[in-house]
Amino acid sequence: MMKHDGVLMGKVNPQELDEFTKEADAWFAANVNPDPGFMMPLTFMEVGTDQQFEFLRDWQNKVYEAGYLGAAWPSEYGGGGLDQAFQDAATEAMRRHQAPIMLNAIGLNWTGPLLMDIGTKAHCEKHIKGILSAEDIWCQGFSEPDNGSDLGNAQLRAVRDGDEYVLNGSKIWTTQGNYAKYMILLARTNPDAPNKYAGLSFFLAPMKIPGVETRPIRKLTGEYGFTQTFFADARIPADGLMGKEGEGWQVAMKTLEYERGVHGGQAGGYMMVPMDAFAVIDLARTLQRDGAPVMDDPVMRDTLVEFMIEAQSLKLCQTRGAFAPLNEERPFGLALSGKLMWTEFARRINEFAITLQGTKGGYYVGDPNAIEHGLWTRGYLNAFSATIGGGTSEIQHNIIAEHVLGLPKR
Amino acid sequence: MKDLGQLGFSEAQGDLMEVAKRFCRDQSPIQKVRALMEDDLGHDPDVWNEMAALGWLSIAIPEEYEGGGLGMAEIVPIMEQMGRYFLAGPFFSTSMAAQALLVGGTEVQKQNYLPKIAAGSVATLALSEQSGNWDLTAITARASHTDQGLALSGEKFFVRDAAAANWIIASVVLDDKAALVLISRDDLPEGALRREVIIDETKRAFALKLDGITVPKSALLDPAQAEATLAHIHLCANLLSTAEMCGGTQNVIDYTLDYLRTRKQFGRTIGSYQALKHPSVDAYTGYEKARSLLYSAAHSFNEQGTGEIATRMAKAQADTAYAYAADRSIQFHGGFGFTYECDAQLYRRSAIWHASQYGDAAYHRKKLAALLLPS
Repeated sequence: MMKHDGVLMGKVNPQELDEFTKEADAWFAANVNPDPGFMMPLTFMEVGTDQQFEFLRDWQNKVYEAGYLGAAWPSEYGGGGLDQAFQDAATEAMRRHQAPIMLNAIGLNWTGPLLMDIGTKAHCEKHIKGILSAEDIWCQGFSEPDNGSDLGNAQLRAVRDGDEYVLNGSKIWTTQGNYAKYMILLARTNPDAPNKYAGLSFFLAPMKIPGVETRPIRKLTGEYGFTQTFFADARIPADGLMGKEGEGWQVAMKTLEYERGVHGGQAGGYMMVPMDAFAVIDLARTLQRDGAPVMDDPVMRDTLVEFMIEAQSLKLCQTRGAFAPLNEERPFGLALSGKLMWTEFARRINEFAITLQGTKGGYYVGDPNAIEHGLWTRGYLNAFSATIGGGTSEIQHNIIAEHVLGLPKR
Repeated sequence: MKDLGQLGFSEAQGDLMEVAKRFCRDQSPIQKVRALMEDDLGHDPDVWNEMAALGWLSIAIPEEYEGGGLGMAEIVPIMEQMGRYFLAGPFFSTSMAAQALLVGGTEVQKQNYLPKIAAGSVATLALSEQSGNWDLTAITARASHTDQGLALSGEKFFVRDAAAANWIIASVVLDDKAALVLISRDDLPEGALRREVIIDETKRAFALKLDGITVPKSALLDPAQAEATLAHIHLCANLLSTAEMCGGTQNVIDYTLDYLRTRKQFGRTIGSYQALKHPSVDAYTGYEKARSLLYSAAHSFNEQGTGEIATRMAKAQADTAYAYAADRSIQFHGGFGFTYECDAQLYRRSAIWHASQYGDAAYHRKKLAALLLPS
């Protein structure tokens, strides 16, 4: 098993790190264009036009070339070979400067760490550089039309035939599916396994091959960003199998751990422009409602304070993990609740931002009178991608009820 | 943007939490809580003496007055466990009286009373009035100069643990300004105290008639510090109240979960129904938010400005969370929840009590709006 040398490297020279951080700050200050002349996607799931895609692909490559992406990945594969602290500093700089996102999120956050964890040297040599430069876009094939929250029930079939597997079935919510060169794929190799999980296997699958078709899905916002992906006798090389046949579920769960950052060693696959709760207060300061400043409206003020309390409490819940005695009785409670609390908060605060706008809440992206180009309305609609994707809020409630509160499944 | 408070947790807090958890659980099983509800005094003096022996009354009193030299942050984990197990007694009252003396007392008063309080002498505060105003500076009770000292008049309400207290510190108007006076038990005429019927039966509160009470001039706390003392008391009371509420919220959630895991209807354990699961999770996440804010408030309590913001945020969230968790607890217990025997009502009553004292969620949000959102 290989580990990023960044994680294992011992001492970081604080002076060097400081220098690096300053350089990164200067670089992002000089290179982040606050107004590229089109609407910038705020997350990697919102890339809906070729213009957005091309811009972000060039941007990621530029950041990589400058040394601020993959800084802690091994240099033999195209990384920077530095300690993780350097990449973390670069990622922080991206956040500080509200930089455009790193486009190839699945490659950077899922595939790369997975290959370096359980892949072969050949896998790493073949794929890591293309992930970092955004030359090879990766997508993820987990959800299926009939199995959204119930991932373990995935039905897409993979049948071994010599040095190949033959794929039949369909995946949905494939982010950047129409642009992707590769997919990480959860497929059923054994329909007769003793339980649904044991029949699954995990593959690195090429997308630009006969039998693979992607159909863009138009989102509730009116935009694009996902596809449904159809497989009809598509043949992929068997050396793309990760782990053994039947270990697909465990491998898939591993990728989710990389996503949560449990293993450290992130490439810097910064996936969303951070939404500052206080941005809503800045918005409120500029607005009138029913002929008076929003800031004079006691009901709106009270709601703003409610959101500030909630934002502050969520921030504190994140840092509370560092204080073991404060988490003794339900050690995983906060970790398992984070997704539910944050995504629901984001949805509601965007929704409130529309309410703040009075009549202008009726405008949408594209109208010259839309406040902040309709950012908040679009943000509200897009916020559902997080309250639905990755396990709906309702499923999150079940998970917390069963795994944290000890309530029976049935 | 203003600093809204960071999180921190000291070793001393951790040690006290551990000891308090065991002590409160062992000394305050629910049968005893219910027995003490029927008792006139309302707490077990032996338990109180043990708490004093553990040094809990001295924690936030400086060493020069024979205290432990720590602060409010270290009282919080104890108060949290008391709220969790409904451990009855004048701990809140006495801790608050100590804070009033610390900030507002004369040097002589501090030397006189703080060591006694640190050793377990009970004291309390008399602040509320007929108006029900949460603003502690809205005072109508009076003190006037006489040859014998200060003659008091007016009436105070919600004086916690007054019957057990050796000293009551009351807010009055003296020379048109807010002032605090210390009333000794011996100064109280017959019939000055009337036990009030309050929603939380694990606590004791009294109405106090000041008419006819005269205290010596030496009983006046430092007049120059009166306003600052009242402001300090307001925040201390809310911090400790929040701690109690967080403990109560934790326990009402656990109490409810026990029932959801065992009660069967229609052949199913009721906890398997999502209609009960999902609100239980909402109660739980509300509690965790409150607890994170509580320990941030404790940690930043002494920071000018930040301490107030963090404390008000914590009380507002604790009120919302406790009320919801306890309200749902009654509902989820079904018919049993409607009985006096079910403990859900104890928690719901406790939440109502805490909201009513020193400001509820809406009140603190209004204060926060003024602090955080200048127009």
